[in-house]
Amino acid sequence: MESVFGLVGKDFAIVAADSSAVHSILVHKTNEDKIMLLDSHKLMGASGETGDRAQFTEYIQKNVALYQFRNGIPLTTAAAANFTRGELATALRKNPYMVNIIMAGHDKDVGPSLYFIDYIASLHKLDKAAFGYGSYFALSMMDRHYRKDMTVEEAIDLVDKVIMEIRSRLVVAPPNFVIKIVDKDGAREYAWRESIKDAPVPAV
Amino acid sequence: MSIFEYNGSALVAMVGKNCFAIASDRRLGVQLQTIATDFQKIYKIHEKLFIGLSGLATDAQTLYQRLVFRHKLYQLREERDMKPETFASLVSAILYEKRFGPYFCQPVIAGLGDEDKPFICTMDSIGAKELAKDFVVAGTASESLYGACESMFKPDMDAEELFETISQALLSSVDRDCLSGWGGHVYVVTPTEVTERILKGRMD
Repeated sequence: MESVFGLVGKDFAIVAADSSAVHSILVHKTNEDKIMLLDSHKLMGASGETGDRAQFTEYIQKNVALYQFRNGIPLTTAAAANFTRGELATALRKNPYMVNIIMAGHDKDVGPSLYFIDYIASLHKLDKAAFGYGSYFALSMMDRHYRKDMTVEEAIDLVDKVIMEIRSRLVVAPPNFVIKIVDKDGAREYAWRESIKDAPVPAV
Repeated sequence: MSIFEYNGSALVAMVGKNCFAIASDRRLGVQLQTIATDFQKIYKIHEKLFIGLSGLATDAQTLYQRLVFRHKLYQLREERDMKPETFASLVSAILYEKRFGPYFCQPVIAGLGDEDKPFICTMDSIGAKELAKDFVVAGTASESLYGACESMFKPDMDAEELFETISQALLSSVDRDCLSGWGGHVYVVTPTEVTERILKGRMD
């Protein structure tokens, strides 16, 4: 089952997710990127039903871009999170998206923020959040080691501790993880933590 | 597992002498896992009207947004705030609209009506209003709350004593319920001021 987790640091927020795409007992690929860049200063890590995840996150990404085209200014993280919640809530009683989301962003006035959005559209602003079976380990490790205003090094150290716990204690543990960071300079990929490398696809 | 017990909540409102108090717990959970310990369940509609929403968090958030929308429209048209009795009828109507696909919420409404007379009421998830002269309760801890309030309540308490009573009733009840707790949030409202206090109880 997919693990996504995230935390807020001094002037940045980090989201990490496992990168295995699984179908029943088969692992399709181990380098699937589940953290989407919504715009220059927003990240959205998602876990859940594969098709719903890909479609819904892309839908949100395009709508965030549309807002910026129409209005000339980007959405704030809070606004993007509330928009996402609204879409999930509207679809909930018609055709629910089975996607759990951790949205992280950096705004000039507010600084870094992290939003937990359940698949049934419960929204809450948090300093640390996690989804999936890995959340049992992630939340406990973060409860123990997290402090407010951590530096990037300290936060990545905590993320690595969490990944180590998930790898060692979860029975069907995902081998690879991707870590992305968002701060005043923007949202970007920070690192991969790989213990299995996919064979590269030969160029045709 | 009932859908009303998915997130966990405890709400209570009490009437005093020319004042009322409304209190909630602070836990947001996903079944057995605690997600947050600072989740807001009591919302201000206007200076003398508060609504607490227990039950499924996503529906509480959706319902709150719809109610704020309706109240703001009312304010624009009528150029005044809604009376608590009127607001309670509005909530009841909105809930009954969804009679065959309801919001999984149980609201607790508390306000100061004409001549600052305290008003409290609760309703079930399809809008059956229950007016009371002394106290109303809702949430996963409601059975404990009924017992605690029945024994601790006396009529015509002043604001200080009312705060003590409602706090003790809330904390002792949530300590017997695993799905609610992690502190308390108490609003005591008199005709002249609103006091908001956070309680520290057993943090489990």
